Amino acid sequence: MHLGLVLATTKRVLRQLSHDKRTLGLLFAVPIVLLGLLAWMYSDNDVMFDFIGPPLLGIFPFITMFLVTSITMQRERTGGTLERLLATRIGKLDILLGYAKAFGLLAIMQALLASLAAVYLYGLDVAGPLWALLAIALCDALLGAALGLFASAFARSEFQAVQFMPAIILPQLLLCGLLVPVSQLPDVLHVAANALPLTYAVEAMSLVAKHASLPNEFYQDVAVVLGFATVSIMLGAATLRRRSK
Amino acid sequence: MQQAAIEARDLSVTKGHTRALDIVSFRIEKGKVTGVIGPSGSGKTTLMRTVIGVQMPTNGSLKILGLHVGDPALRSKIGYQPQSPAVYGDLTTRQNVEYFAKIFGLGKAEVDAVLKQVDLTPQTNQLTSSLSGGQLARVSLAVALLGNAELLVLDEPTVGLDPVLRERLWALFNDLARQGRTLVISSHVMDEAERCQDILLLRDGKVLNSGAKIDLLQKSSTQSVEAAFLKLAGGSA
Repeated sequence: MHLGLVLATTKRVLRQLSHDKRTLGLLFAVPIVLLGLLAWMYSDNDVMFDFIGPPLLGIFPFITMFLVTSITMQRERTGGTLERLLATRIGKLDILLGYAKAFGLLAIMQALLASLAAVYLYGLDVAGPLWALLAIALCDALLGAALGLFASAFARSEFQAVQFMPAIILPQLLLCGLLVPVSQLPDVLHVAANALPLTYAVEAMSLVAKHASLPNEFYQDVAVVLGFATVSIMLGAATLRRRSK
Repeated sequence: MQQAAIEARDLSVTKGHTRALDIVSFRIEKGKVTGVIGPSGSGKTTLMRTVIGVQMPTNGSLKILGLHVGDPALRSKIGYQPQSPAVYGDLTTRQNVEYFAKIFGLGKAEVDAVLKQVDLTPQTNQLTSSLSGGQLARVSLAVALLGNAELLVLDEPTVGLDPVLRERLWALFNDLARQGRTLVISSHVMDEAERCQDILLLRDGKVLNSGAKIDLLQKSSTQSVEAAFLKLAGGSA
């Protein structure tokens, strides 16, 4: 790994996004608007808003980064730039970490704006520290980016890459405890939920919302999410082949 | 005998169920402009991709600058322009070249120099998605020219360019060869072959002829590469 090349890739990705004002606008504004909608829906039920709001702050960057990464990597593959890069001295990890860093920065921005809006604009009650919300959002973003990278290896077009969203993300959304508490799921689904990373991300967000002083489970959840992200990045790196057969 | 820039022995490349290169053997000499000439589907792009190390050979041996193909040491010795532009449409011309320059460890002076070489200084701050096809091809060429690579592998670099610009780029290619660099340039346009010193004629994944253009014309008793190709391919000259 070469730090200069990681930074160059991060700078390149951020430069690309800086030319796409509409994407940036959507990236930062949509979570704020959706949280506002949620606050409005539950304007007579603060308890529900406080229950659903924090997990959503982690889910937004997870979904966004999955989509952005899978499509961006697919574009790199179909546009020939990935092949061109892999013909140079740049390492696979330089590319992947460059992407992870750029999207991580965006995720922090997105989570910061959404968290500030949720807490100060919509009155979301969060007992724990703001940094913990941001830390989970960053882990979720890295997880989303890593899974998106991995998924892009199996797509032949950007259209197919988008179809991986319902296949990989939606089952996690259904089972993560947001709709039905994980403990109340049927046995098989309970086991499945425990094998999926978003379950731990949502639990960590809920813990931040409820506890002023973070319990040990919070750190365990963060470690599990980061573990999944690391494994996904390794699998993603394995899909980047310098030489095709 | 001087070490060849590229030396292939019984090289085969199979993609899926198709044999894109079928037991080909040839030498490409250093410091010359060699044209890889053949119709669409003859195996030119497969050969170029195999030489730069992104396409794995199925059989045979391929040595590039004395090293086995795929050797990591070759990555800084080869400049590559793919058939598609393969640059970022949502970056400006300069930002594209700067990114690749950084990978080669080069600075602003080298970026300015290659942009000037390919005549893109006026488009330096333009998004590449807004450039014409010819300008886009030149951004791609600028990236390939970075780093003074010993071997330049250019896949159809002059397709779609206007005649004046084409002339200028061929002058640049010949200049680079005079400086000792080896250029391998593919084209399906036979008159491009007339500008090359050496020719590798491909058809249906097989080498029809390789070597100096003058030898090819003598051997085939023809006046042009196109006529030689037709004769060797079994048609009339």
